[in-house]
Amino acid sequence: MLHMHKFEKIWMIVGVITLISFLTIVGVQAFSKAEGEGHHGAPSDMTLVDPETVTETAPFNEPGLKQIGENEYELVMVLQSYGFTPGDIEIPQGATVHIKATSIDVVHGFEIAGTSANMMVTPGHVNSMTYTFDKKGSFLILCNEYCGTGHHFMSTNLEVI
Amino acid sequence: MKINQLDARLSLVHFYVAFGSILFAGLLGLVQTLVRSELITLPSWINYYQILTGHGVVMALVFTTYFIFGFFYASVAKSAGEFTNRQRKAGWIGFWLLTIGLVLAAVMIALNEATVLYTFYAPLQASPFFYIALALIIIGTYFGAYAVISRYRLWKKEHPGEKTPLLAYMAVATLVLWLIATIGVVAAVLFQFLPWAFGWTDTINVALTRTLFWYFGHPLVYFWLLPAYMAWYVMVPKIIGGKIFSDQLARFSFVLFILFSIPVGFHHQLLESGISEGWKFFQVILTFAVILPSLMTAFALFSTFEIAGRQKGGKGLFGWFKKLPWGDVRFLAPFLGMLIFIPAGAGGIINASHQLNQIVHNTVWVTGHFHITVGGTVAVTFFGISYWIIPHLKGRILTKKMNKIGIYQTVLWAVGMGIMSSAMHISGLLGNPRRTQVTSYNGHEVASSWGAYEMAHAVGGSLLVISLVLFVIVLINLAFFAPKGNEEFPIAEELNPTQQTPNWLENWKLWIGIVFALIFIAYTLPIIDIINNSPPGSSGFKYW
Repeated sequence: MLHMHKFEKIWMIVGVITLISFLTIVGVQAFSKAEGEGHHGAPSDMTLVDPETVTETAPFNEPGLKQIGENEYELVMVLQSYGFTPGDIEIPQGATVHIKATSIDVVHGFEIAGTSANMMVTPGHVNSMTYTFDKKGSFLILCNEYCGTGHHFMSTNLEVI
Repeated sequence: MKINQLDARLSLVHFYVAFGSILFAGLLGLVQTLVRSELITLPSWINYYQILTGHGVVMALVFTTYFIFGFFYASVAKSAGEFTNRQRKAGWIGFWLLTIGLVLAAVMIALNEATVLYTFYAPLQASPFFYIALALIIIGTYFGAYAVISRYRLWKKEHPGEKTPLLAYMAVATLVLWLIATIGVVAAVLFQFLPWAFGWTDTINVALTRTLFWYFGHPLVYFWLLPAYMAWYVMVPKIIGGKIFSDQLARFSFVLFILFSIPVGFHHQLLESGISEGWKFFQVILTFAVILPSLMTAFALFSTFEIAGRQKGGKGLFGWFKKLPWGDVRFLAPFLGMLIFIPAGAGGIINASHQLNQIVHNTVWVTGHFHITVGGTVAVTFFGISYWIIPHLKGRILTKKMNKIGIYQTVLWAVGMGIMSSAMHISGLLGNPRRTQVTSYNGHEVASSWGAYEMAHAVGGSLLVISLVLFVIVLINLAFFAPKGNEEFPIAEELNPTQQTPNWLENWKLWIGIVFALIFIAYTLPIIDIINNSPPGSSGFKYW
């Protein structure tokens, strides 16, 4: 069998305990069902869409911001090189927004810079996440996956009012 | 014992291409930092993303692969004996396939036919010849792997019942990892990208290409790292006048790296649709298991340092630390590599956890991360290896003067990389995206804080290129002008040579069986899901 020095055993045991606690916290937060603060799961929408007919398929035939409850909105976005539809979005402070996005061409990234709103948008798939806008101000939505030579122009403004 | 001259030549050609590649790709990297910081604008005949593709392909696939095979040929010839004619021939075929692939890829990128970055994500569609070039590079490595593994097996036949040389064992372990990892990218290139790029199929399954790519992409980083670990485990102890702490644990950690570096690619796809959260988390757990061999390695290395330092008269809790040969670049460079790996590894843990990845995914933080891992830890260790291996292979010596310039070069690299990657990490946290030509976004206020960091990238990048120029100057001296002599090929002895190394560590069928079982568990259901529940495929786009 393998021979391990006493100190190395202690080192490994401490390491393993730390690792298990860390993974437990990551896992609990990722799978917690609590809305808002508790849940930090990775955006993993399984919905499919034909990339060729996105603009004829609901809800992407009418991209935009729709109120669906008290200070609760759905933001439907279509991404393509090099722009977001809709652009220049206004959202009331404190609103919870369910973002749904897809791409009609290549792979894009949806990022609201400086926040945890961040997801990949791959053609053929819908991706979605929920974000609550607690702070007022101008936010920058940008594409964070290379999508062609105009990639650095792909951005829009989001105003929380 | 000198290495057979024919083997030395095979090893040297790989090193020469590696050094040329890193200098060239380093210059491309500097241009990128200058463009991003808006200090220069590019002429109309070349675009930023072309340069970025060149930088990524040449650094990640060309420099590393050539260096590693050069290092493996020399290490195996040294520790297990000279190659047979047939094995050496396979090595040369590998070299030429790699080189044809390299030239073809370079031509395609230069012609602006393959501006798809080194990850070549579909449905951006490059010229089919770019994918052929990638295939040639990988097939070339299979010939090299054959040479190394077949020499190792021959050694076993020549020495029945004996423990194999540690260096050869580690080279074989790294190649086992490589062979299993490349299955993913070979499948994607042969069955998806090539038929699609030639127009034989109209569309491509994007999610599948990405999954196959990252099945390969994560172990790829361990393919870079494990040769550096070989130098840490086997060569550094000899250089500092110490011994290998434990042969069996060194072997065991390499085995664990094979097991836990492959079935983990989903942690690169955490923010992606089409893969369920449960499978993502399962692979995150396997990803973190790789911390175990890393902790073992850290313990073994620092024990070696302490034992060697105390033998030289180091007193007290940390007195041994001062006794280490700080003025010897053969030690200093790999040591800096280990030191850098502490924050680099911590960054990796951040990237692989759900919540933290949400903040940093696809920001320039990630660029900072792989610049201190492969560009920091791996690169400086490779510098340290180069300073003795080139004179050894050429029958020359590392002179005091070259050693001194080597120290300046290594420190300059560490400082430059420190400045550049710190700025990348910090501005990534502020949202600054990676892979982006300029980040001013029409003067948007959120982006306004990033400019200063872009400037720091340019400062760091400039230091890195100066360091590379010094590196190449020293190597030219060591290869062609340094005094003739016999530079040591450092291979340390074991601390406890009587300790038995269990036979099961060399039972490759067992380890390969376990790794395939893990891959099967981690990937089968999600891949079936990706194929069965696939959207209509994507046609190719050429947005450049």
